[in-house]
Amino acid sequence: MNEQQQTLWHFMWQQADKLLVQTLQHIGLTFISLLIAVLLGLPLGILIARNRNLSGIVLGTVGILQTIPSIALLGFLIPVLGIGAKPAIVALFLYALLPIIRNTYTGITGINPTVKEAAIALGLNKQQLLLQVELPLAMPVILAGIRTATVINVGVATLASYIAAGGLGEFIFGGISLNNTNMILGGAIPAALLALLFDFLLSRLQKLNIKTLNRTTLAMPVLLILLSLLYFVPAAYGTKLVAGFTPEFMGRQDGNVGLERIYGLKIHTVVINDAVMYKAAYEKQLDVISGYSTDGRLKAYDLVVLKDDKGIFPPYYAAPIVRNQALEKFPSLEKTLNLLVGKINDSVMTDLNYRVDHLHQSPERVAHDFLKAHGLWRERGGKKNGTVRLGSKIFGEQYILASLYSQLIKGFTDYDVVAKTGLGGTKICFDALMNDQIDLYPEYTGTGLLAILKPPQQTIDSLGGDKDKTFAYVKDQFEKKYGISWLKPIGFNNAYALMMRKQQAETFHIETISNLKEYLKNQ
Amino acid sequence: MIKVQGVSKSYNSLKAVNELSLEIKEEENLILLGASGCGKTTTLKMINCLIKPDQGQIFINGKNIQDQSPIDLRRNIGYVLQNNGLFPHYSVAQNIAIVPHLLKWDKKRIETRVDELLEKLHLPNSYRSRYPHELSGGQQQRVGIARALAAHPPILLMDEPFGALDNVTRTKIQEEFKALDELKRKTIVMVTHDVQEAFTLGNQICLMDKGAVVQIGKPWDLLFKPSHSLVTSFLQEQRLQLEFKTILLAALWPWLPTADQTDNHITLSSQSTLWDALERLQQNKTETLQIVDHKKEAKTAGFEQLMSAIYRYKKTIVT
Repeated sequence: MNEQQQTLWHFMWQQADKLLVQTLQHIGLTFISLLIAVLLGLPLGILIARNRNLSGIVLGTVGILQTIPSIALLGFLIPVLGIGAKPAIVALFLYALLPIIRNTYTGITGINPTVKEAAIALGLNKQQLLLQVELPLAMPVILAGIRTATVINVGVATLASYIAAGGLGEFIFGGISLNNTNMILGGAIPAALLALLFDFLLSRLQKLNIKTLNRTTLAMPVLLILLSLLYFVPAAYGTKLVAGFTPEFMGRQDGNVGLERIYGLKIHTVVINDAVMYKAAYEKQLDVISGYSTDGRLKAYDLVVLKDDKGIFPPYYAAPIVRNQALEKFPSLEKTLNLLVGKINDSVMTDLNYRVDHLHQSPERVAHDFLKAHGLWRERGGKKNGTVRLGSKIFGEQYILASLYSQLIKGFTDYDVVAKTGLGGTKICFDALMNDQIDLYPEYTGTGLLAILKPPQQTIDSLGGDKDKTFAYVKDQFEKKYGISWLKPIGFNNAYALMMRKQQAETFHIETISNLKEYLKNQ
Repeated sequence: MIKVQGVSKSYNSLKAVNELSLEIKEEENLILLGASGCGKTTTLKMINCLIKPDQGQIFINGKNIQDQSPIDLRRNIGYVLQNNGLFPHYSVAQNIAIVPHLLKWDKKRIETRVDELLEKLHLPNSYRSRYPHELSGGQQQRVGIARALAAHPPILLMDEPFGALDNVTRTKIQEEFKALDELKRKTIVMVTHDVQEAFTLGNQICLMDKGAVVQIGKPWDLLFKPSHSLVTSFLQEQRLQLEFKTILLAALWPWLPTADQTDNHITLSSQSTLWDALERLQQNKTETLQIVDHKKEAKTAGFEQLMSAIYRYKKTIVT
């Protein structure tokens, strides 16, 4: 525990500059959206308190907005507003709206009717009634709404990092991707502290004497604006090109860290979720992204992979890994699985992924068409002699590989196949294999090395990113440690890659990462 | 001064006020009396435009109130509510100063007026900066009255002003209210369901039922010249007390014995009510009272003489 704490402090200290930037962005996002929500929500709340037959529609609409899951809301906003601060602010604004409108409405309608009647009977006009009676008396309730909205916003703002708007979510989601607890806590603790701090400050404001409140309510908008401006403090060091990297890529040695260390690449970087990254590049909101070299979207969005001329991205060659007992039990299995070797290179795999991910063809059909084209399709035999249990992770390429293997086994052997596809991540698949729940699944050499074996850094360095050395090492270690065999690699490499729009890369004559660095240096 | 002409108001299908007409003269103290739901509060609120009548007109000083801005109208009509309706976020002084403030009086004038009203309503000046929730119910109601009087409105509307107070406080405030010099020259319309209160404070009483006037007249008229059996039945329960409170000693004059020569009498004006006389007897534990009329003629009466006089007096009315 103590060690954990020390390393957490160590992490936060080391990353202090990033942490500061993220915190400022986080506060900025929270309060820009809050400010807009107050500016719009307060008058709207007053309006529906005056015309109560409107309240059903307005509160209903805002209430429905509130029920949209935050990620989905961001998803809806990206096509309209793109990525970055804009959709994040709009989403946060929409979430802040309900508590503010509802509390303004409740606050005003909840005022003792006798007081209101007295005010009217004394001859206050509508404006005087609002400013001298309704707002001051509703203020504690309105402030409670603003307080709720603030806390919600601090929480939801962590998701802003999905769409390149920054904030403490960069650490949180980076940490989750990298399974780095210190990184998660480095983002989560400041976020929680921010929520607690603002909640506390607003609760103090609520308890202030109603009389002094008048002055503080005037100070509030000023404070809101100042806090909002914090977002713009971490002025990004501008380069001509903008890179969008996933939170995982940002924190990895074989990711952004390596790009900076080995290539000396300096580029204005935003953190973004993998799901929207490719599209953002296509729509010219990003110029360089960190993708996977066989991703179907490469083809869909007309992107090219920059050559990793200094070899910082370790090889991720795909190969089936099989329990040794299974190889003994099913003698013709290895031979059958090896039928695929050499048939699929990077661009073929990209094309297959493209069909599944973008043309929405079923993995079975894509596998069937592929095998037919390569003369590997056979009707399944009649007699069945045991069942092979096949696993796969939960993304398109793995489904395709599982379908290919499944159809090959059915065609070329007398075994039956049960496919347990969609087994989540690496850990789930590997555990299933170890616990004799599946017999095989397709794995990548890089994953085997870095996610499963996790050897010391020296060992990794000694492999030098060489594909054959890496394969030999993982094959050897898996055999020794787990009794699991790596069969021959299929031939494609689904590694990290930097990619750009084809047209832009050609215009600037950028083919390799070194080219990119030179180009940026000359700007 | 205030003229209500054929005014009606319905809520959904329910007629709260049904073609009601009445007239309130200057400096009159009219009580709208009736059971709850009889339309008395609705009638009151139509006078200061808190409720708009469906039909009919209301004139104040000959001017139709529909032709005036309701804001200006209300600033010239004091309004006292049952649950005081004080602004909880305003201090006592701020509450009293609301209308003068709206009328843009200068600061000094407002301060003087607040001081004056606090004194008249028996509120210590140190209460200026207190907030309504720090005051007792009776004190809150006094502030409510002060607030209504602040800008010298010629008309005062009161909606069950003492209804929420306990008996002791109510009697006390009613007495203070009666003695308040500022009210002597005001036209007052007060709503109440309390018959005793109506007879104590009103010089005209308007008994209402189902949104219409049953009888309007002096307390004496309602008691002894009822226009409808409803009036008699409404007053039935407390009739004796009401009669005693209404009948003046002057009315009993012919049946009271002439003054004897003994001293040590308590002296009472013939303008006092029979109730006052009985109370005096009770309080001072004496057998007889000396009653003096405006011509300085004196009579002496004890309990028995008073009772006999009222018996005979009532006989003359019934015939």
